[in-house]
Amino acid sequence: MFEWFDTDVFLQQVLLGLSNGMIIALIALGYTMVYGIIELINFAHGDLFMLGSFLALTLVGAAMNCGIIDPALMGASSHWWLLGTLVLICGIFCGGLNLVIDRLAYKPLRNASKLSQLVAAIGVSFIIVNLGLFWGGLPMDVLGGGGAAAAPKDFPHLVSDINLLGEDSFVVMTWNDIVIFAVTIPLMIALTLFVSYTKLGMAMRATAQNVTAARLMGVDVNKVIAATFAIGGFLGGAASVLYANYNSTVSFQMGFRAGMDAFTAAVLGGIGSLPGAMLGGLLIGFVRAMSDQYVGSEWTNVVVFSLLVFILIFRPTGLLGRKQREKV
Amino acid sequence: MMNRPMHRRTALLLASVLGSTLLLGAASVQDTPAPLPKSVKIVSSLPRTGSANAQTTSMVNGIRMALTEIGGKVNGVEVLYEDWDDASPQRGNWDPAIEAANADKGIADAMVVAYIGTYNSGASKVSMPKLNAAGLAMISPGNTYPGLTKPGFGEANEPAVYRPSGSINYFRVVPTDDVQGLVAAEFAKSLNATKVFVLHDRELYGQGIAQVFEKSAKVLGMEVVAFDGLDTKAANYKAIATKIKQSKAEVVFYGGTTQTNAAQLAKDLLAQKVDAKLIVPDGCFEEAFIKAAGPKALEGRCYITFGGVEPKLLGGKGQEFYASYKTLYGKEPEAYAAYGYEAAKVVLTAMERAAKKGTLTRAAVLAEIGATKDFSGALGTWSFDENGDTTNKVMSVNTVKDGKFETVKVVGN
Repeated sequence: MFEWFDTDVFLQQVLLGLSNGMIIALIALGYTMVYGIIELINFAHGDLFMLGSFLALTLVGAAMNCGIIDPALMGASSHWWLLGTLVLICGIFCGGLNLVIDRLAYKPLRNASKLSQLVAAIGVSFIIVNLGLFWGGLPMDVLGGGGAAAAPKDFPHLVSDINLLGEDSFVVMTWNDIVIFAVTIPLMIALTLFVSYTKLGMAMRATAQNVTAARLMGVDVNKVIAATFAIGGFLGGAASVLYANYNSTVSFQMGFRAGMDAFTAAVLGGIGSLPGAMLGGLLIGFVRAMSDQYVGSEWTNVVVFSLLVFILIFRPTGLLGRKQREKV
Repeated sequence: MMNRPMHRRTALLLASVLGSTLLLGAASVQDTPAPLPKSVKIVSSLPRTGSANAQTTSMVNGIRMALTEIGGKVNGVEVLYEDWDDASPQRGNWDPAIEAANADKGIADAMVVAYIGTYNSGASKVSMPKLNAAGLAMISPGNTYPGLTKPGFGEANEPAVYRPSGSINYFRVVPTDDVQGLVAAEFAKSLNATKVFVLHDRELYGQGIAQVFEKSAKVLGMEVVAFDGLDTKAANYKAIATKIKQSKAEVVFYGGTTQTNAAQLAKDLLAQKVDAKLIVPDGCFEEAFIKAAGPKALEGRCYITFGGVEPKLLGGKGQEFYASYKTLYGKEPEAYAAYGYEAAKVVLTAMERAAKKGTLTRAAVLAEIGATKDFSGALGTWSFDENGDTTNKVMSVNTVKDGKFETVKVVGN
């Protein structure tokens, strides 16, 4: 066999864990924010993320068709401005869509039982998945010409895939990894600052603590909820571009697994807690990579969920979750 | 409590004794055989939803072609065809619940005399015992898992567990994975591989062929550095690719299909700059695989084994099939189109023989399919052996060049 422990291998797995984990964390924020405010597990969030990556792929295809980018150069040179624009457009698209979903599916049920909202979320998730399936069947070259709607699609490399550590290095780090850090970290910092220091952020925290009290204090709760959905959606949309670029694959089914991982991350970190979601995402990415390397990929899901169970036994509110006072 | 099943069993026994006496009586009174029915039905059960769709559409086209060639009639009896789906959008792949429902539907419909399917070996595991008990002939254009028919290759209770009636009702026109896995291992050897890394998708087909590959590789003197199952829904396999790179294996074998994320593995091997060549089985021998992986991840890096040859390399009657398929449908047939066509041809020929003998029942069609010998079809001249397997053993190894499959080697001709 081969050496059990090797520094290069370990470093590579840490890097992979970080890159994968940051994407998960970004999606997890969308779960945790919505849960923090209205105590709804928004099952449609993972699928919303999937739709974002379809928009990204379609826009890349359109850019290719218009001759803005040269397909032959994919992977050789980097298209920074395109990537930046995609993050922005897909973020706004997912944020807007999340707002619409809230308006149509969740808002009418705001005063109904929590279970009704949950079922509505599952319903929305189904609708979006089938929308993705339909989207994948559109006759477009990047989507596979419309022949196989359900087939995974190849997402072109938008950044150069040369190894930044030198072609001879065992550890591979490309602009792909840098892009993830460069987008995720500022977004997380901005979100933290926003929630801590702006008026709307303060209103969000107030609503999260007690909706009725916040309303009595003159907080426009509906506006706060709408903002939460928009911001959560925006982060999911940004994550979808990073995901598609990093894995170079887009598929209508990818939302389920990504959503599952992100939801687990949110619970692990303490649902409702922003730093918790970030920590949980990184932790899951890290544990996955380590388990693939040192345990065997067959066991990775077992390892991840055992960890979740283990942590919830000792900290039922998650790693950074605060103890919820029972609402009377 | 204990008595209730006894009662039921007694009642069943009585009913069946009464029933058979009645039937016997009827048979002795009426000596002339029942007249041929006006029309009969054949059905196919293939994954029509999901990424296998292009492949299965091509197979259904093949079946329709076989029907058109005989004018939709055998010996004056009209043959209807229904194209059933055994996949669900949620799975994007075959679904055991739907395959089971299809089998039940086929059994319940008295007009159905043959069941063409399935594409995935795992799906046949579900429908085989049902159709066997009902005595309905089943012919698969795509299953390659050996355990479905051959003793000694799968679980200890295979294949008997699929044959509750004790007799054979399942046939296949495609060579099995015990042959394919060996061909893949021999090809790895010819690439001068000394170490191989074996992965599988934890499905019946994928894991089965990976095991055959593992066994054959050891016999051929290669070291198997790992044997692991992949999480087929994972976002990427970069961590596994790193492990492969560390192992210094020259060849990676993945027992999986396009539907179980083989393309993602190919991409991540490239992304992590792993030089090992990837060998995948026939579940990836379809356009969708190239589209999903992108040619860059495959060209000069990936080899695909296939239990046959690509349609344009078929000999004899295969060339006629290839030419008329292209004129009829205006595009290249996928790899399994010829198998769909061949399966339908075998069924229709058997029905013809049965009809000429005066009976066109399920039992008569089943007997005639089993008696298929020296059949001269698109895949060559072959027979069904005592297990219901084809005697055809032609295999090919393919790669991708300029975005298209290209055959590099044909064996067993």
